Amino acid sequence: MSRPEVVIIGGGPSGLSAAIELRKRGVSRVTVLEREQQAGGIPRHTAHAGYGLRDLRRVTTGPRYAAALVRSAEKEGVDLRTGITVTSIADLPDGLKADAVVLATGVRERPRSARLVPGDRPAGIHTTGSLQQFVTLHHQNVGRRAVVVGAEHVSFSAVLTLAHAGCEVAALTTPHARHQTYAALAFAAAGRRRIPIRTGVDIAEIIGRTRVEAVVLTDGSRIECDTVVFTGDWIPDHELARTAGLAMLPVAKSPVIDSGMHTSQRGVFAIGNLVHPAETADICALDGRHVATAVLDWLTIGTWPEAVVPIEVEEPVAWASFDARGIAVRVSEIVTGQLRLTHAGEVQWISTEREWLPNRSITIPTTEMKASRFPYAGPRLRIDVIR
Amino acid sequence: MSVVSDQPFDVVVVGGGVVGCAVALLLSHHRLKVALFEARNDVGAGTSKANTAILHTGFDATPGSVEARLVARGYELLRDYAPGAGIAVEPTGAVLVAWDDEQQAVLPKLAEKAAANGYVHTEIIDGNAVRELEPHLGPGATGGMVVPHEYIIDPWTTPLAFATEAVANGCELVTGFRVASARRSDDGTTELTAADGRVVRARFVVNAAGLYGDELHRAMGFDGFTVRPRRGELIVFDKFARSLLHRTLLPVPTSHTKGVLVAPTVFGNVMLGPTADDIDDKEATGSTRAGLDGLLAKGRRILPALLHEEVTAVYAGLRAATAHSDYQLSAHADAGYVCLGGIRSTGLTASMALAEEALEMLTGIGLTAARRPADELRPVHLTSLGEADDRPYQSGGSTVCHCERVTADEIVTAVTALVPAHDLDGLRRRTRAVAGRCQGFFCAAEVCALAARADGRSMQHWMGAS
Repeated sequence: MSRPEVVIIGGGPSGLSAAIELRKRGVSRVTVLEREQQAGGIPRHTAHAGYGLRDLRRVTTGPRYAAALVRSAEKEGVDLRTGITVTSIADLPDGLKADAVVLATGVRERPRSARLVPGDRPAGIHTTGSLQQFVTLHHQNVGRRAVVVGAEHVSFSAVLTLAHAGCEVAALTTPHARHQTYAALAFAAAGRRRIPIRTGVDIAEIIGRTRVEAVVLTDGSRIECDTVVFTGDWIPDHELARTAGLAMLPVAKSPVIDSGMHTSQRGVFAIGNLVHPAETADICALDGRHVATAVLDWLTIGTWPEAVVPIEVEEPVAWASFDARGIAVRVSEIVTGQLRLTHAGEVQWISTEREWLPNRSITIPTTEMKASRFPYAGPRLRIDVIR
Repeated sequence: MSVVSDQPFDVVVVGGGVVGCAVALLLSHHRLKVALFEARNDVGAGTSKANTAILHTGFDATPGSVEARLVARGYELLRDYAPGAGIAVEPTGAVLVAWDDEQQAVLPKLAEKAAANGYVHTEIIDGNAVRELEPHLGPGATGGMVVPHEYIIDPWTTPLAFATEAVANGCELVTGFRVASARRSDDGTTELTAADGRVVRARFVVNAAGLYGDELHRAMGFDGFTVRPRRGELIVFDKFARSLLHRTLLPVPTSHTKGVLVAPTVFGNVMLGPTADDIDDKEATGSTRAGLDGLLAKGRRILPALLHEEVTAVYAGLRAATAHSDYQLSAHADAGYVCLGGIRSTGLTASMALAEEALEMLTGIGLTAARRPADELRPVHLTSLGEADDRPYQSGGSTVCHCERVTADEIVTAVTALVPAHDLDGLRRRTRAVAGRCQGFFCAAEVCALAARADGRSMQHWMGAS
């Protein structure tokens, strides 16, 4: 491998950051394949502040953040190719032969159909993804009055976008007992606009033959609206990972990785929201920087873990997967207790007793761990909550 | 009052579903002034867009019925027509799965029925053999009957190919024309008036109005059948489910319905459904909690692993069911009128045979139809949407809808075609765009923008703003 080649699939925050870092650390040929016409990923169409804190050490808007990453990549000599769809990592386009492949294909929100919401199929139904592209990239109005399904970070991002597009928000809905974002964001987006958060309910039915006319909630109440935005409920865009036969986590539906972002297949790494659906863009970017170490070790001395196995979890812990800072964890319901990480039965880390919220990013910082067990590849890690 | 055409048409076909489109296609091959009138803004946008997409052998039809005869004939006609027109067909075959001794006992009777229908290729097998054929079947299958020639077909391209070829051969397609009344004139023509006041005259009228066929039948001055929509809800699973089955898994049918099946689709997905609920509203194509929960319960039993895959689409279609067990076909010489009523879920398979039947009935009541020479006719070849066929993205071109791998060129073609898409739903049926697992999360805005640029209408139009 005199001139090793790294191919990164996905030109969002994690993929671009990985490419930039690998170039900075001397890898001569780093190619990013992006299927959209522009690289930058989801932040390209999230036109509000809140990007770059952890990686760029400044806060900017999504589009500016995406543009800054693209500029950096170009400056560092990354071979950035857009409008290219990869259908198999074993058969890369443009005749590329990779010594290492980094999957950074990102995440999407489950649409209405995947959530099995019954009713009519009128126009006016969005995910945050489609909403923000219509509004930010194409400057379109989406409707006059919307219901936002979900009350996590991205749900409030959708509220900001709707406000920008002049669409009143009738309510946010969540099946949980409270919203799952920062109080400041909830207030800035919804509270100061007096938008109600309907807790303990789901969407039971969508009404409207050609255009959305109303939604019915599971408590029987009805909200008149012409737009419904389904937010959150993330699922990795894992088609390439699954097609390649990588071991997958059953609940997160993401590739199983270790702390070095190695997957179950030699030479294939996975980073970003593909492996932790979903964290903020800056955390994805840190993943990109983080994976560079393991990629270099693989390219130079052929280091690969013997086994890459999932972290075991016990309900209400829904899933756990490594990120650049440690272990990303999600719980499936509101729970009060101590979050605990054990290795072979021995406690490695334990939190104070507190409340844990579903859909809310939880991180176990592995740097604080007592044993020198990281980087970690082997079995017998387990996460649970002591109530 | 606006008149669609100064001269009366020789034949006006009312209804641009798969049956009406097939009739228009066959008539366009004759020296006739033909028009196809559709109430919606597109062909294939009603019952035809939401069915189980199976090319039926007719093995389980009632022997001796009109339906049995036309399904068997239509199967051959459509199977042979499809490849040239770009209609994807996959020769998957089917297996009826019996889940208890009672169902198992019915299988020999079904094989006899199939034979009475002229289909002699069924084979009854035991539980082990069924599991060998379909290893992902749930536990408890006691046996089955293989029907090797039940194929799967693209239900969207079929009416579109028919209509496109009809239009290419001179048939006039008029959309947004919902017939409100009909009046027989002294000059031997029928005057059809639309809800919006437009008028058209025709020497002969063919009723292929599907769910509204009974209303048109009465407007033409006849009685005899009432359409009671039978709603069928369907769940479509992500392409990762496709490897869970090789062929269509059919239940042992009852008198009311063919039951819930699990079928691969030519688009590379897996379909679970349909339910069968008799309802009154001819536009009630919504899904229901009870319907979806019921389907999932059945799916869990038939193919447990299916439930681990993501759902990409949920929809409901309405079959034009009547109180009669057979198609309601009739010809009326005095009225210059042929009725193709009560065409149920088998209409997709039977469509081309129904067209032959309609032409025969029309000539029987006085239409003179001379076949045009072959060199005068323009065949049509649309791009196949079949996952097993060559797809445009494979030969380059930038992909816009990533889940379904639809290229920008395909979008532009679909909105500028001879029979163009008028809304996002029509675009979806022509290209598969936004029909995939993300349902537009990544691509809806770009698809709408491309369509708007290509046909000059606003993005708001393509977004479905009302």
